[in-house]
Amino acid sequence: MEGDILTVQNLTVAFGDLTILKNLSFEVKRGEVVAIIGPNGSGKTVFLKTLLGLIPYRGIITWDPNVKLGYVPQKIDADRHLPINLHNLFEAKAHTLALPHKDIVEVSHVVGLTPVMLQTPIGHLSGGQFQKGLIAFALLGAPNVILFDEPTASLDELSEEHVYDLMHQLQDDRGITFILVSHDLSVVYQYASKVLCLNKEKICYGLPKEALTPEVLSELYAAPHKFFHHSQDHHHHA
Amino acid sequence: MPEFYPLILALFVAVATGFMGSFALMRRMTLAGDTMSHIALPGLGVALLWNINPVIGAATALAIGAVLIWKIEESADLPTETTIGVIFSAAIAIGALVTPSEDIIEALFGGGGAISLTTLIIYIALSLAVMLFVLQFRNQLVLTLFNTDLARTTGVKISRLNLLYYLMFALTLILGLRFLGTLLVGALVIVPAAAAKQLTETLSNFLIVSAAVSMVSVALGYFLAYIYDFQVGPTVISIAAGFFLLSLLKKHR
Repeated sequence: MEGDILTVQNLTVAFGDLTILKNLSFEVKRGEVVAIIGPNGSGKTVFLKTLLGLIPYRGIITWDPNVKLGYVPQKIDADRHLPINLHNLFEAKAHTLALPHKDIVEVSHVVGLTPVMLQTPIGHLSGGQFQKGLIAFALLGAPNVILFDEPTASLDELSEEHVYDLMHQLQDDRGITFILVSHDLSVVYQYASKVLCLNKEKICYGLPKEALTPEVLSELYAAPHKFFHHSQDHHHHA
Repeated sequence: MPEFYPLILALFVAVATGFMGSFALMRRMTLAGDTMSHIALPGLGVALLWNINPVIGAATALAIGAVLIWKIEESADLPTETTIGVIFSAAIAIGALVTPSEDIIEALFGGGGAISLTTLIIYIALSLAVMLFVLQFRNQLVLTLFNTDLARTTGVKISRLNLLYYLMFALTLILGLRFLGTLLVGALVIVPAAAAKQLTETLSNFLIVSAAVSMVSVALGYFLAYIYDFQVGPTVISIAAGFFLLSLLKKHR
């Protein structure tokens, strides 16, 4: 459809016999903030990774041809106590994508990272600083869609607010479309233009105030959940 | 000058192991890094039995080892650490059985011995190749160890990069095998990097300090081995281990 940046039709993801996502269909318009909510193990992270093209699927995912994706993962694989700083990470991405060095300066400025923070080993950064680093990393390469997994899972309330304000600002200033996974219903009401309730299948989709009825919420967080395996949680090699 | 060839060779190799070791450590392959070299022993042994150049035997075995580790890591079903530990320890056992007993000590712990100028030049060229690989691919390697999904969305071909990394890792081990032996060569990759990790806070310093600790261990090791008539390999690794213990004294913020 005109104005749609993403169309998903009959998306199904299965790992062996285990179905993670079943028959999902919906569309996202340019500049929207779509929040995905659902209980643990409902396939939210798998869904983001599928949209990124990291996981095989059945069905149709159509991105606008001009789309450029950025991704903010829920957690990192590396141990935090490495002799690596954010500047090393930004440089690694900039170099791999052949971006000029000034882009690093620019994205750091946008999220409010100081030169000192860029040079600080990642293990010594606060949760909020590190999260800003991940957002700046995603912003490198000027994406017009950012997929955001649990933006504030490890943050205190103040840092949490900062991250959402930043997201809001990026949406306003740059027209960036956000697709984010969240646990927090108040965030969904406050920031999301659409909400997708996910529990293997689509339980609801629409404006938060209309879609999130008490019936929907009890269906989402109640019965079927306990029958699911949790194999879609990440497995990290030690 | 030819009497200094072994030392010059070892110093170049030390930079290569230092660079390689930094990433081995960040990739959390301490065990694999240390035990992968063991697979060289059966290759060495078979080559000695058949009167082939032992380096060719060791190199073949290590290349197989590199592909093996890569395969184990790619398959989600195997417990990586355990499998690597078992395979490479078994290699020592099998290697000990096939290696002629008069060669076993040198095969395990390395030896001295004169080398030709041609050998020296080949080792220097290969050491430079390892250093260039690390410098050239450091960005992709950093992205991959940081988060594989981020690396993939940035366009890094992870599986190919990993195979290349393990093959270059095997090459690094081959280079050190001559003077450190199959038991100790992995240590010159892991130990200096482990010390450097304690002491540094940025990637470039990590690489530099790791290479420096490795070089100083080699230089001091050769010197002490010469003065006291020690074996070179064990002396070098003991000194590197000493540096690691000293690095633990550093207070962290």
